[in-house]
Amino acid sequence: MTAFVDIDDVTLVYKGATGDVHALDRLGFSLEKGDFAAVVGPSGCGKSSLMKLVTGLLPPDFGTIKIAGETVTGPVKMAGMAFQNPNMLPWRSVIDNVMLPLEIVQPHRSRFRAEKERYREQATRLLATVGLDGFADRYPWELSGGMQQRVSLCRALIHQPALLMLDEPFAALDAFTREELWCVLRDLWEEIRFTVILVTHDLREAVFLADYIHVISARPGRLVMTKTIDFPRPRSLDLLFDKDFADIVHELRAKIGEVRKS
Amino acid sequence: MTGTAERLSPWLFTIAMFLIWEAVCRFAKIDPFILPAPSEIFAAMNQYWWPLAKNSFVTLWTTMAGFALAVGFGIVLGLVVGWSRTIYRGLYPVLIGFNSVPKVAVVPILVIWFGIGEIPAILTAFLISFFPIVVNVATGLSTIEPELEDVLRALGASKLDIMLKVGIPRTQPYLFGALKVAITLAFVGTVVSETIAANAGLGFLMVQAGSNFQMPLVFAGLLLLAAEGIVMYAVFAYVEVHFTKWAHRSSMSAAG
Repeated sequence: MTAFVDIDDVTLVYKGATGDVHALDRLGFSLEKGDFAAVVGPSGCGKSSLMKLVTGLLPPDFGTIKIAGETVTGPVKMAGMAFQNPNMLPWRSVIDNVMLPLEIVQPHRSRFRAEKERYREQATRLLATVGLDGFADRYPWELSGGMQQRVSLCRALIHQPALLMLDEPFAALDAFTREELWCVLRDLWEEIRFTVILVTHDLREAVFLADYIHVISARPGRLVMTKTIDFPRPRSLDLLFDKDFADIVHELRAKIGEVRKS
Repeated sequence: MTGTAERLSPWLFTIAMFLIWEAVCRFAKIDPFILPAPSEIFAAMNQYWWPLAKNSFVTLWTTMAGFALAVGFGIVLGLVVGWSRTIYRGLYPVLIGFNSVPKVAVVPILVIWFGIGEIPAILTAFLISFFPIVVNVATGLSTIEPELEDVLRALGASKLDIMLKVGIPRTQPYLFGALKVAITLAFVGTVVSETIAANAGLGFLMVQAGSNFQMPLVFAGLLLLAAEGIVMYAVFAYVEVHFTKWAHRSSMSAAG
């Protein structure tokens, strides 16, 4: 069986006026369909570059990225993305923000006008699953940061992408809201089983949510360790206080400490 | 109480300004030829109401015509400049150079091209007021959050899609902000042209009145100009708030 996402020996160098920046160096890992992978590492390890590479926004200088068996050469059109900043469009209501990808991506784009009602229902249902019933017609500024991030997740998922790319989506939230949203993401994933690559600084977040954790070194980013997390699912927040959980977090932290120094 | 005070304060301050002006003129016995008191100015307005009204109207319509051109041209050029970094970088020095040229210097050229009359006034109003519109529209487009652009591009959005879905709507508050600045500049342009080469308009009237030593009438012209500027500013301020409620409720930076 071939992997759904296959990152093979990828090198990325940004050419700049002040010299080249070697962002990623011969990085490789793969995901099966429905896998939840987390990528952790010290800041500046090229994690955001990885996001751009996998979604086809940047071509690698060396190596290949394959999704569903096909080499990525341009925007993949099948990935949902969410970032630390919810990036809502303030002139659109919550539901219109969620439906934005449907106005862009095919085949929904050409059906959008004719089947708007159906899409609205779909978006309303998705909003309900993240706990935002009754907020469809509100505007982003009326929502808290955590709620906006939920909307951002819905926007990333509305076109039922096979691959979800998350770039530190919960980093700007307070600790309680963050844990709440971990559960929101966990439940969404349990329900829909999309493939996820979660880029994060938060080791607890990675261990709580992911099946595999890839540790990347400081620039140039290299894969230094892959850790399989096999806590049974569905996982509850109580897991955060489990001894085994703490051990894994310690192990990862030690590894990152090592690669930061070197 | 503070609400009422706030609502009344523009009127109170304006009235107070006129009262102080009047008092200074009377007590310091300022020669009306140097600075006429408001009472004299209002008397002149009353006496010459017809020529003032006629010429105010000319100034108003030429300004609006020039402003309308500036809005149309400014939006188009702003979209073009905001569209591509290459065009932005290429055109910017030209635009800044153009904007730095005093428009007074351009009026004689316009007069040679189009003759004395309304057309140089309209064109001067246009030339002086399109720049802020271009800059603001271009700024609105070129400051789209890169991450949002990534989200859309990863979905296969074309540049045009991004402009239509994000760029142009997000330009609105910038545009309406620019319109308020541009409309007052347009008045400046019209009057500059009218004072140099025209046979109608408030600028023309003020030059005529000045050469007849009718200082109260000159000041009456000034006050009417100020009034027209305030009214048009208020119109566009209203339009701005009305069309871009979202930008006033959420600061863009808080969302971004």
